[in-house]
Amino acid sequence: MTRSVTELTITAEDRRIAWLATAAVGLSLVDAAIPSPLPGVKPGLANIVTLVVLVRYGWREAVWVSALRILAGSLLLGYFLAPGFFLSLTGSTLSLLTLGLAHRLPARWFGPVSLSILAAFAHIGGQLLLARLWLIPHDGVFLLIPVFAGAALVFGTINGLIAAKLLSEAPPAETQP
Amino acid sequence: MPWLALIRPGDWLVLLLGAAVVGLSVPMFWQGGLADRAIVRQEGRVFAEIDLKAKKQLAVPGPLGTTLIAVEPGRARVVSDPGPRQYCVKQGWLMRPGEIAICAPNRVSLQIAGRTKVYDSLSY
Repeated sequence: MTRSVTELTITAEDRRIAWLATAAVGLSLVDAAIPSPLPGVKPGLANIVTLVVLVRYGWREAVWVSALRILAGSLLLGYFLAPGFFLSLTGSTLSLLTLGLAHRLPARWFGPVSLSILAAFAHIGGQLLLARLWLIPHDGVFLLIPVFAGAALVFGTINGLIAAKLLSEAPPAETQP
Repeated sequence: MPWLALIRPGDWLVLLLGAAVVGLSVPMFWQGGLADRAIVRQEGRVFAEIDLKAKKQLAVPGPLGTTLIAVEPGRARVVSDPGPRQYCVKQGWLMRPGEIAICAPNRVSLQIAGRTKVYDSLSY
């Protein structure tokens, strides 16, 4: 076999991101399997991973894990570059930006539950904005806001609690492959 | 409760604010609230404004014949119309502010109005 000219060095961080993104993709699939009464109202379980990564490894890694999750998740579920993909992308971008800011709140007072709720609201905000501007250019979209906001609050709280529970346990030891 | 211990003081604040946002969004985006009037137009002019409180029947004359409109508490509909395609009849009961049934051939329309004026673009 010819030796590759370019050598990519894979760091421990890369492996960790890949593993965490895999976990997030797995949760995306679980998410998609849960029947929902209204398109768009989903538990967003993969966000638990984003939260854990954010608190444990920082914002940059959270962005990586999210981006990989959206890409791989959409390929697996077959909506890559479909409207749902862009909705997901916009929602996640906005919620990551929010998380970047909310992350600076004093941790003694604001825990993962706060982060999760704020991220969930940013997520539906971004999705509704894109839906209004592009998919359904009509104010009728805003009739759904109370439903989506309620779902964001409930699922945001639940996801935040799960993330807080995971974070309260000791981080796993770095394993050498 | 082991789960409650995971919520920090500020989290309660965020939870409360989130609940307030949800609570406020309901009257803000589901405005118009209850339907309380039916506006019947003929040739674009208001033919009758009926309170949606009691049962009532209304016959509206048009170029093709008579359009029959029924009003019940909180809702109204076109019962019969001489038009060929019957779109306004098939729409059934209208109950949200801004909803409208148009019997174009007979030039009659039936619109629901609430307390506040809602653009009908919100309903469609």
